[in-house]
Amino acid sequence: MNIPDQLKYAESHEWTELDGEVAKVGISDHAQAELTDVVYVELPEIGNVVEAGDPVAVVESVKAASDIFAPVGGEIVEVNDAVQDDPSLVNTDPYGAGWLFKIKTEDASPLEALFDADAYGAHIS
Amino acid sequence: MTGGKIDKIGWGVESAGMGSDIEKCEVKQTPLAARHVALGAKMAAFAGWEMPIQYAGIMAEHLAVRSEAGVFDISHMGQIWVRGEAAAQWLNGLLTNDVAILEVAQGQYTLMLNEKGGVIDDLIIYRSGENEFFLVVNASCIELDWAWLQKQATDVEGIELENESDEYAGLAIQGPRAVEVWAAMAGEGGGALPARNHIVRVPAHNGDDLILCRTGYTGEDGFELFCPAASAQFWWDAALAAGCAPCGLGARDTLRLEKGYPLNGSDLDQQHTPLEAGLGFFVKMDKGDFVGREVLLEQKEKGLLRRLCAIRMVVKGPPPRPHYAVCVTDGGEQIAELSSGGLSPSLKQGIGMAYLPKGYGKVGTELEIDVRGKRYAAEVVKKPFV
Repeated sequence: MNIPDQLKYAESHEWTELDGEVAKVGISDHAQAELTDVVYVELPEIGNVVEAGDPVAVVESVKAASDIFAPVGGEIVEVNDAVQDDPSLVNTDPYGAGWLFKIKTEDASPLEALFDADAYGAHIS
Repeated sequence: MTGGKIDKIGWGVESAGMGSDIEKCEVKQTPLAARHVALGAKMAAFAGWEMPIQYAGIMAEHLAVRSEAGVFDISHMGQIWVRGEAAAQWLNGLLTNDVAILEVAQGQYTLMLNEKGGVIDDLIIYRSGENEFFLVVNASCIELDWAWLQKQATDVEGIELENESDEYAGLAIQGPRAVEVWAAMAGEGGGALPARNHIVRVPAHNGDDLILCRTGYTGEDGFELFCPAASAQFWWDAALAAGCAPCGLGARDTLRLEKGYPLNGSDLDQQHTPLEAGLGFFVKMDKGDFVGREVLLEQKEKGLLRRLCAIRMVVKGPPPRPHYAVCVTDGGEQIAELSSGGLSPSLKQGIGMAYLPKGYGKVGTELEIDVRGKRYAAEVVKKPFV
């Protein structure tokens, strides 16, 4: 199972990469493997203001729809249109081309409570 | 993602429409539980049983059955025997199809109704002998069916009932390669599969007395094999060795939905009649009286107020799912909810079924499906979808 070291992971299986004030979010390799066959992704509107813990996106497999939660509060500044055209990117490249959305945040402190790679690895094993 | 554990998300319960049953009863395991876990299956509760939902993935399993062959564990399904001189006549009073026309070894799809014409269960009945019938019933309905049959048998002479649901394990082998698969499983001198919709008992090379039924729930050629529970792993392994892809309930659901086959508990229930469900072909009004007939007769005379229809999404969008609202176009009122729904792996498009009120069921009627507050265009289409 691929768990990149530089990312933070939520118990609900989102990963976050902080670059300055912008948090990029996707779902983990473990999550995509559990879902299998991602067939639809619903992304938030750019400009939406969200709070940490809000459900902001939906990833759907053949069988189920799963909410994706914002790891930090802030404004949605970018979404990955490519996964709307080709949802299987979430399966094939969950940390790269399969990212979901970016939040510009003034308070990255909720990330401190998330798992690092080692702890997340232990959490899912 | 929702909740902490992915393996608990939305699996099984909602699509099965029987969440309350699962909470009430202890969850049972089939004799193949260890095999499923060893193959990496995602397991979930369905109709009181811990069942494999998927192994490699619903999409791959679905396509394997459409193009090659797959094997499903159907050990959760029920097997009931009805025997005796009066068996045929008695069963004809409880089931909608006409058992009297069955020749020995022949079977038929049929429905068992309550007094209001609502569906207790849909099942396949085989005439395994002149005075012996083999009923294969839904897992969620075994106890209900058994209680109903016993109640109906009170003070009736000349029939014997036997519930052997726990004694049998079952495999459904489905797909265009099913005949070859059986040849490989049976070995030399193993005998041929019965004809479509027929049953045969065969002594197998391992000493088992097998029951083979040439039927299924996928719309492909195939057969269901019932063996003693203790031999389940032997026959499962034989099916895999013969090239079957292990398939879970997820693919079973998408395969049957593409063919427009109803799922009891979702598309069929005690509040809807088989005529409303579009199953009139399996209701023989002229054969004599049966439980529920009067209500069906009245529906025939007055016309149906609603009918289970096939709905296909017109635009690319989120997959429709059970309980989503079906609405009139241009943001109009809700007229129904989906009883089944999902992405069709063959069509790569959303499909579903709903009981649409009179006036909305015509093929080509435009509708909208509400998904999380947004409307998506859909239309009524002909069954089957594929």
